[in-house]
Amino acid sequence: MNDSVLKTLTVSFLVCLFCSLVVSYAAVSLRDMQNLNKLNDQRIKILKTAAIYNPDVSIESQFSRLTPKFVDFSTGDLLDEYGEYDLNTYDPVYFSKQPEHSTPIPASKDIAIVKNQENIGKIYLLKDSSSNLEKVILPIRGYGLWGTLFGYIAIDKDLNTIKGLEFYAHKETPGLGAEVDNPKWKSLWDGKSIYKNGEVEIEVIKGKVDPSNQMASYQVDGLSGATLTSRGVTNMLVYWFGESGYKETLKNINYDS
Amino acid sequence: MTVKQYKEVLAKPLLEENPITLQILGICSALAVTSNLSVTLVMCVALTSVVSFSNLFISIIRNYIPSSVRIIVQMTIIASLVIVVDELLKAYDYETSKKLSVFVGLIITNCIVMGRAEAFAMKEKPFISFLDGLGNGLGYSIILIAVAVVRELFGAGTLMGYEILPLVSNGGWYPANNLLLLPPSSFILIGLIIWGIRAYKTDQIEPNEYKLSKHATAPDLSKRELNV
Repeated sequence: MNDSVLKTLTVSFLVCLFCSLVVSYAAVSLRDMQNLNKLNDQRIKILKTAAIYNPDVSIESQFSRLTPKFVDFSTGDLLDEYGEYDLNTYDPVYFSKQPEHSTPIPASKDIAIVKNQENIGKIYLLKDSSSNLEKVILPIRGYGLWGTLFGYIAIDKDLNTIKGLEFYAHKETPGLGAEVDNPKWKSLWDGKSIYKNGEVEIEVIKGKVDPSNQMASYQVDGLSGATLTSRGVTNMLVYWFGESGYKETLKNINYDS
Repeated sequence: MTVKQYKEVLAKPLLEENPITLQILGICSALAVTSNLSVTLVMCVALTSVVSFSNLFISIIRNYIPSSVRIIVQMTIIASLVIVVDELLKAYDYETSKKLSVFVGLIITNCIVMGRAEAFAMKEKPFISFLDGLGNGLGYSIILIAVAVVRELFGAGTLMGYEILPLVSNGGWYPANNLLLLPPSSFILIGLIIWGIRAYKTDQIEPNEYKLSKHATAPDLSKRELNV
């Protein structure tokens, strides 16, 4: 009885119909909440990088302390407008994958294996109550061992001193490369300098930093057992603070303030 | 059905017929998600709810499922439940869902779910099928939690993210065992658990599939005929 063609088709059709209704209802009714989660997750990372995150206060109000700005990577200019795109929702990583909004990086220059760089980036400025610049928060990304690490780096108003580093997505080995999330390691970055005579000198070295070394303020302890991840972090900093990254932009911020 | 039967269906998969240690099913996710206890707990809840409800729904329509397409019908129901669970996690526990990543989706391919649907829910009434799913989900959970406790405690010195053994790298005294944070370590741990259970419940020991034959005396090579 059960095995007639008609019955088989009817049962399959009904099961599929019912299941698809359930699935689409779940997907549609939960979508807003999921998008909010995703957005908040990234915002929390930005706030943590800026070291102003307080879990008891609403993310929305904390985030309003930050001023987002578009960055034109070809000129280093800070922009308030870019085409029809909204500054608050603009996602540089998404636009780096759109051929008409991005530029492929020649392999010889692509030390951090970023592959495609968006033409217009987005950075955040943290200003104090009298609107003096306090910190600049820059998105960075680059290849580690297993995949691309995505993060933010905060630098002080002298535009040369690192104040914080956070990664919001990576695929590194737990316990080894994934120690980039270790609070103790992240705290090592606070106070390190980036440029020396206009060159990016900041580096994750192998082993521990010798404080008597004159380069000590440009060096961060390597992650033990994670040489390739450590090297990846160095490469992404060299890339994003270099000519194709934020170097010109940081100069412009300097003139503005 | 008596209460005694219900209890039996619920309790048997916990130890006696544990899906992981007796049937050796669901090993893949047991390796992948057990490096952190809080993530493991969410995975256990996810799998237990999927296997219970898939058993329930499949059992409700078991008399209408044509045998020629029964596997596909079961898969459709299981897959829909998994998607719903995945969506719920993304909405209500985003942090954990990020850590679980593809492994929630991979519940679809977890042999326990399919196995219970095919072996139990296709033959039994809805309520007892639900209990069977619940029991098997809990049996899976027990093993995963045991593995996760060992891995997180001795691999990272924490439990549920709280520091128990202060690590040398954080200024404490415990040198972390990094092997435990890598998936292969759960193979070793599950192996030890299976050994322990079978040492206690000897009826679970499987008979050897073959026997080594006795050593024959070595042939006298000097007398062999050369095939040239």
